[in-house]
Amino acid sequence: MKINRRDFIRMAGITAVAGLTGAGTIARLKGNSLEAADYTPPAEALKAKHWGMVIDVSKIATPEDYQRMMDACHIPHNVPGFDNPKDEIKWIWADTYEHTFPGMEHPYMNPEFKEKNFLVLCNHCEKPACVRVCPTKATFKRADGIVVMDYHRCIGCRFCMAACPFGARSFNWRDPRPFINEAAMNREYPTRTKGVVEKCTFCVERLEKGEIPLCVEKSNGAIVFGDLEDPDSEIRNILASTYTIRRKPELGTGPSIYYVIGGGGHVRESA
Amino acid sequence: MYNGGKIIIGLLIFAALVTSPFWTNAGRKVDVPEPKVDTPAIKEAQAALGKKEVCVEPRSFMRGGHMQLLNQWRDSALRQGKRVYTNSEGRTFNISLQNTCMKCHSNKKNFCDKCHNYLAVSPYCWDCHIAPKEEERAPAVAAGSEMAPAAAAPEEAKL
Amino acid sequence: MLEKALSGSRRYWTLVLVLLGLAGAGVLAWFKQYSYGLGVTGLSRDVTWGFYISQFTFLVGVAASAVMIVIPYYLHHYKKFGRIVILGEFLAVSAVTMCLLFIFADMGQPMRMMNIFLHPTPNSVMFWDAMVLGGYLMLNIVIGWTTLHAEKKEVAPPSWVKPLIYLSIPWAISIHTVTAFLYAGLPGRHFWLSAIMAARFLASAFSGGPALLIILALLVRKYTKFDPGEEQIRSVAKIVAYAMAANVFFLGLEFFTAFYSNIPGHMNSFIYLFAGLEGHGKLVPLMWTSAVLAVVSLALLIPPQTRNRLDVLLVACIAVFISLWIDKGFGLVIGGFIPNPMEHITEYWPTATELTITIGIYAIGFLVLTVLYKVAVSVKEEKEPPVKLPAGAKQEA
Repeated sequence: MKINRRDFIRMAGITAVAGLTGAGTIARLKGNSLEAADYTPPAEALKAKHWGMVIDVSKIATPEDYQRMMDACHIPHNVPGFDNPKDEIKWIWADTYEHTFPGMEHPYMNPEFKEKNFLVLCNHCEKPACVRVCPTKATFKRADGIVVMDYHRCIGCRFCMAACPFGARSFNWRDPRPFINEAAMNREYPTRTKGVVEKCTFCVERLEKGEIPLCVEKSNGAIVFGDLEDPDSEIRNILASTYTIRRKPELGTGPSIYYVIGGGGHVRESA
Repeated sequence: MYNGGKIIIGLLIFAALVTSPFWTNAGRKVDVPEPKVDTPAIKEAQAALGKKEVCVEPRSFMRGGHMQLLNQWRDSALRQGKRVYTNSEGRTFNISLQNTCMKCHSNKKNFCDKCHNYLAVSPYCWDCHIAPKEEERAPAVAAGSEMAPAAAAPEEAKL
Repeated sequence: MLEKALSGSRRYWTLVLVLLGLAGAGVLAWFKQYSYGLGVTGLSRDVTWGFYISQFTFLVGVAASAVMIVIPYYLHHYKKFGRIVILGEFLAVSAVTMCLLFIFADMGQPMRMMNIFLHPTPNSVMFWDAMVLGGYLMLNIVIGWTTLHAEKKEVAPPSWVKPLIYLSIPWAISIHTVTAFLYAGLPGRHFWLSAIMAARFLASAFSGGPALLIILALLVRKYTKFDPGEEQIRSVAKIVAYAMAANVFFLGLEFFTAFYSNIPGHMNSFIYLFAGLEGHGKLVPLMWTSAVLAVVSLALLIPPQTRNRLDVLLVACIAVFISLWIDKGFGLVIGGFIPNPMEHITEYWPTATELTITIGIYAIGFLVLTVLYKVAVSVKEEKEPPVKLPAGAKQEA
């Protein structure tokens, strides 16, 4: 039959689109053949309306103390150790007052306080800029306030890293596996792969089992973790009775990590 | 047809190239994969429950549908915090590839890989999810980890 | 019409082959990056966007600049631009293609690209950027191709093209505004947190893009039988002059706000770029080059005596293009990451692999441009009587 090129291409195109749409619809409708299955949250999970932390660095004395808390997080979470700052991945680390609270330092400060290390991690903000910019909802805020990563969905665009005002996020610039100590690797927890962003998750996997975050557990009382919306919680008592500050409050992101300033005797001993 | 001779010859060559995997492998014998489900953990569960099928869902579904299930598991556990799965028989499981599925199917090379290799499928789950270490004995709980669970029978495997 | 790109002179095919070679090198380098990870670039935990994203940012401006020809021609019936509007539209196609390729090259998990469409997130500016860039690409391909084809057949374009053309005008503005919003809405980056960011982007787009268009028109004039027209080129030059003046003025406004307010957060990135900060000053020579070129270009563009001389105009346009390429390519994006949110400094410089991929993507874009221009010029050559070429230009065989 005689047919010109344009009509042929038009017919082929329409057939292809119809075929694909039809096949796709049928596959969708068929779905999977599982019967009534149910998904529920674990009964022993810790619950809160808004998880937060209070950190009192006056209770952290030596560099070993800081390292202990960092290792408590990084090792069980299979965070790789790179020896160069370019590829570095860190979920929790220490930095001095003038870097943790830029602009708040002044020349007449007690040098000991100016150089005091503060523990720095993701603030799990109330209005997180990172969640706002993520194009795939790979990072999202849970109902209990924790800002979580879905590594399956992350496309590695790093918009969240540009948006975070606190520098809390790290990217896997290369395969992390060779840089995780094989002997110490936690086989009950996944690693991440190259090309995705990662950060502190307030230990959601432990909260599900009814356990507090690892850094808190190993902090010897320097970190208190609790529900900011529970007026009777320990964290609320500390916030009401001591002077606490947050990082970059003027930006309006609403960090959930509070730092006690002038700790010492004011702070109630944790249970 | 304009240039008909060249076009027909070209089409024949194309057809030959596109079907080459079939006729170059004709007559070659490849064994149908037989994934092994005889790990100690599975045997233990079979004894405890008194039946052969102890997986999360029946084999008839899992064979073709395990990826659909895993995707639903992923979204439910990670994105909604619903980490407990109750299957069609009413048994509950903790949703975790590494700590539930692979605790029974600890013989990845003789189970998962058997079919995957046959079909030239290479899922990238294992880039992140740590594949079980294959040993002679059933793998023990990871030593030194602060998240070490008490390894219960698979149908109640908690983290 | 595509068959017009399949026949050409020896010079044409040499160009195509060279571009294919460069593109091939870029693709090979990308495979290396895909297998190793983005660590092959100079990016780090502190400077997370670098050369790829800065090229994308710059090229979005070039793509938007087609609108500077479309508005006078279609909206205000400035008939003279009829000769070159297709060149603008096809330049937009080539530029947006490169934008999309740079975004692809920059992704950590490029195979998950469809997640942007499978899980649409309207609160994310990046989601909208993907939408508007894709839409603009489609618009320009359809509009350019249809109007060119109609011209070839010597009929009026079909009536459904008109609303698309009108749509492309605000759409062009939107692609650059949305890209500027990627930067201007981030609370932690004071260098970018400026309302004038989108306006700056538009001003630099409307100077850099038409400047490139002039360079390309002069090349077409020299190497083909089609003459885009001296009058047309001079009109575009006026646009470049005004837009570049606005762009430099806006940059001055940013300087004023930063330094008159004396707020460290606002000043630090400027100091790093133009003077060096705490001993780090890798970008200082580049930034001053950009500044000098900007001033030189304005000195040549503003007086009509120099602007109307095509040989001087060529120099001015090259100066504009390079100046803006440095400003966007190095200054804007990298400056935003230095110092980092905790006031540490990590510098950045692209690596060889990164540059190979970049050159490869530019080669692909230039290849798309060559093919499209070949088609457009061939159609126009058939229509127009051959123009008497100025002395010294070679006749095509």
